[in-house]
Amino acid sequence: MPDLLFEVFSEEIPARMQAQAAEDLRKLVTQALVDRGLTYEGAASFATPRRLALHIAGLPAQQPDVREEKKGPRVGAPDAAVQGFLKSAGLTSLDQATIESDPKKGEFYVAIVEKKGGATIDVLAEVLPAVLKNFPWPKSMRWGAASAKPEALRWVRPLHSIVATFGPETEEPEIVPFTLDGVSVGDITYGHRFLAPGPIKVRRFDDYVSALEKAKVVLDPARRKEIILADAKDLSFAQGMELVEDEGLLNEVAGLVEWPVVLMGEFDEAFLDIPAEVIRATIRANQKCFVLKKRDAKDGALANKFLLVSNIVATDNGKAIAAGNGRVVRARLSDALYFWETDRKPLPDYADKAAKPLDQRLEKLKAMNVVFHEKLGTQGARVERIVALAQHLAKLVGADAAKAARAATLAKADLMTEVVGEFPETQGLMGRRYALLQGEDASVAAAIEEHYKPQGPSDYVPSDPVSLSVALADKLDTLAGFWAIDEKPTGSKDPYALRRAALGVIRIVLENNLRLRLDAVVAGAQGALPGGANADARVDLLAFFADRLKVYLRDKGARHDLIDAVFALDGQDDLLMIVKRVEALAAFLDSEDGKNLLAGYKRAANILKAEEKKDKDADYTAVYQGRADAPDAEKALAGAVASATSAAAACVAKEDFAGAMKALAALRAPVDKFFEDVTVNDADAGKRLNRLRLLSALRGAVHTVADFSKIGG
Amino acid sequence: MSNAALDPARSFQGLILTLQKFWAEQGCVILQPYDMEVGAGTFHPATTLRSLGSKPWKAAYVQPSRRPKDGRYGENPNRLQHYYQFQVILKPSPPDLQDLYLRSLEAIGVDARLHDIRFVEDDWESPTLGAWGLGWECWCDGMEVSQFTYFQQVAGIECSPVSGELTYGLERLAMYVQGVENVYDLNFNGLEGTDKVTYGDVFLQAEQEYSRHNFEHADTTLLFQQFKDAEAECKALLEKGDAGERHLMVLPAYDQCIKASHRFNLLDARGVISVTERQSYILRVRELAKACGAAWLKTEAGAAG
Repeated sequence: MPDLLFEVFSEEIPARMQAQAAEDLRKLVTQALVDRGLTYEGAASFATPRRLALHIAGLPAQQPDVREEKKGPRVGAPDAAVQGFLKSAGLTSLDQATIESDPKKGEFYVAIVEKKGGATIDVLAEVLPAVLKNFPWPKSMRWGAASAKPEALRWVRPLHSIVATFGPETEEPEIVPFTLDGVSVGDITYGHRFLAPGPIKVRRFDDYVSALEKAKVVLDPARRKEIILADAKDLSFAQGMELVEDEGLLNEVAGLVEWPVVLMGEFDEAFLDIPAEVIRATIRANQKCFVLKKRDAKDGALANKFLLVSNIVATDNGKAIAAGNGRVVRARLSDALYFWETDRKPLPDYADKAAKPLDQRLEKLKAMNVVFHEKLGTQGARVERIVALAQHLAKLVGADAAKAARAATLAKADLMTEVVGEFPETQGLMGRRYALLQGEDASVAAAIEEHYKPQGPSDYVPSDPVSLSVALADKLDTLAGFWAIDEKPTGSKDPYALRRAALGVIRIVLENNLRLRLDAVVAGAQGALPGGANADARVDLLAFFADRLKVYLRDKGARHDLIDAVFALDGQDDLLMIVKRVEALAAFLDSEDGKNLLAGYKRAANILKAEEKKDKDADYTAVYQGRADAPDAEKALAGAVASATSAAAACVAKEDFAGAMKALAALRAPVDKFFEDVTVNDADAGKRLNRLRLLSALRGAVHTVADFSKIGG
Repeated sequence: MSNAALDPARSFQGLILTLQKFWAEQGCVILQPYDMEVGAGTFHPATTLRSLGSKPWKAAYVQPSRRPKDGRYGENPNRLQHYYQFQVILKPSPPDLQDLYLRSLEAIGVDARLHDIRFVEDDWESPTLGAWGLGWECWCDGMEVSQFTYFQQVAGIECSPVSGELTYGLERLAMYVQGVENVYDLNFNGLEGTDKVTYGDVFLQAEQEYSRHNFEHADTTLLFQQFKDAEAECKALLEKGDAGERHLMVLPAYDQCIKASHRFNLLDARGVISVTERQSYILRVRELAKACGAAWLKTEAGAAG
């Protein structure tokens, strides 16, 4: 079966776009082929800085023939309808159609249209240019003389040539016949820009890959990554150091080279005074180089060496390249050192407003009126809100309120430091360092860093109460704020990372066993906002928390119906209690008693539901009246419901959910007996009503623990 | 003066002359710097305005670029508030622009078999000019030595056709080819001994003086007023030059736009513009640039019909 080799050769494709582009190319072409009846054995796509390549193996040479029945007008229909039918079916006269009959429609014409499948190469000639013309680049451009026309081809960078060959292994493949906006399509590709720039004639995928390899191009990004990682580890090991691995950086550099060559450079040891994170951020962000640790260094101390990934095998074995990179790294580290030193010095313009360096940065933050969000005011105002909220929360989580307030005050001050200005990813971390340097309490300093945490489902959750107060205050202020201005996440859009903030609150509360009435806390956060209290937003935000908690618990393996059963109760805003209740419920429903009670409950609830459906005004919530003539089973159930209700309620009040379940378990036998012995739908309307009230009371008893109607199975 | 002194690896001026010669050979007109304070070579009307309209255009020139905020009182070996860019603009962008660029590096002594030259994504955008394009930072051994941009939009107008713009950071490039760690140590004239003139001899005092001016002493009241004046004059000239189908005074109006932009940069360096105000100043300059661009399309050079 024939194979397709397709390569789009262009100027340098941004590293961050390559993987997605290769994936899109494979999906779009294979999907278009499948849509046209062409299935295949396998497809793989690749990207380098200068090319996207696609290999589809095992395509048929021809599309399958298609046979289609086309229904026409009824026999004797007006001529216009008949003519229209003939035209659409491609017939010249009605003799070519058959007549079928149908009980409803009577006799009507049917045309059998047979479409011969086209040659696959012709389908490719249609599909490939169409895919290129509509390619989903995040950003694309026009170029050259052709760009004077509005319909000019767009690509991520200027596109130079295309290889498109199709054919079976045993034969010389054919070139897929199409042209694209003046770009040549053929069987010629090019090697490495500097090491082997000449044209290369290729036939099929196999010889293409090996010809590229000879021309110093490693086509597969995964292989480039392997080469880089292995060489980087070897090189550092040989020098008594250890590579600080960085998957994101590895992906990026693999997208910047066609022929990776790892080289080692160095910088002056004096720069090691700069915090390791800053050195790493500097070298990573500006130079796209890896940093190294001294082997066996306990504190993760860096070595004064770095690894760069070059794109060429240089004639001097890379000496000039390593030296050149070293010079740039030195210049960058000089800047970083300058920032690090400047940040520890006073800010003369704010010296009269505050004594310590970080406090002066805070004054600057306030004075500059740095906007947090157009509708939510300045960072300065936000800091004040977080301070107040953190102080309040400190009491609830058992933190020293003064420390929480101090930490909250300084939490955002590092945004005005030079280091954070240059490397935003060091926010918090730098604040902590500067705080320690100006003699702040260790908890206060830690909270400055930890108030941003956790950043996601697997990030570290702080445990120091001071950190908890500030972390919660920061997140709750954000959430209450964005809810107040109705900027909630929608679908896949969550520009302010509000889902992450809510998950952060949930994880902090649960993993630290914190008791917090969210409703009251959110109300407190709202109170400080420009818009003030807002009951609708508060209810909606609590529902959002409920949603996020469900996602969180579901990820932990909890049954979503049990979560719903607990959330259906009123006033559920204490996350820890919700989780405890769900856990107790799950344990209960795993027991025999639980399963049977659930069955009895469902039976009772179904009867009530059926009755309520028949009579919309019916209300069975009135108190069951004890009657002397009631059957024993009814009396027994009534007694059991009364005692279980009060026992369960008492346990719930003590937050003893297991106890509450146990109290409900006592209902199991009387419920079973009741349904065995008693007919609810008695001919006597009074008896019937009373029994419905008993069932309603039973439902109520169960609902003290959870809304069992939400539970499946 | 010997030819050796003009070796681009030995003198700053030799580097400039080599680039000028190279691009002259590619058919560019070699222009002189624009006689106004600008933040980048892109502001020169030979780029901003000439990149609009359908007429072909090829030019190259050195442009002194002023970035008031980048001043370091002459104490930083890499940062200057006044430096030189070498600017090349080719409309439409030729198909072999990357090769031309690499050959120009070869001309100034950067051997691509010895050095690691890379095109690293850099989406260029000038909010004040209402311009954007796609291209790269060009790296030589990890150092950014040029910017390479295919203009897509300038002054809010789609480029049709697209121009290719190359901007060489001359000091950085010179430091590289001369193997110098401090910009002030660059050999300016390529001579040795008492005849040698360094970059520091020419510019160190200026860096110190302008840093004082930019950060401490520039009169902000005056600057705010000058911004307003330039803005008003730009609008007034655009109005007076408007002759219906044609426009008769785009270049003088555009000068005022440049002036407003630089006043804004000075105010920004003085730290008297808050983050929110900053955005509104940028928008005001952009409005001027857009109006100038639109007017340019009504001129002969803007290929008005």
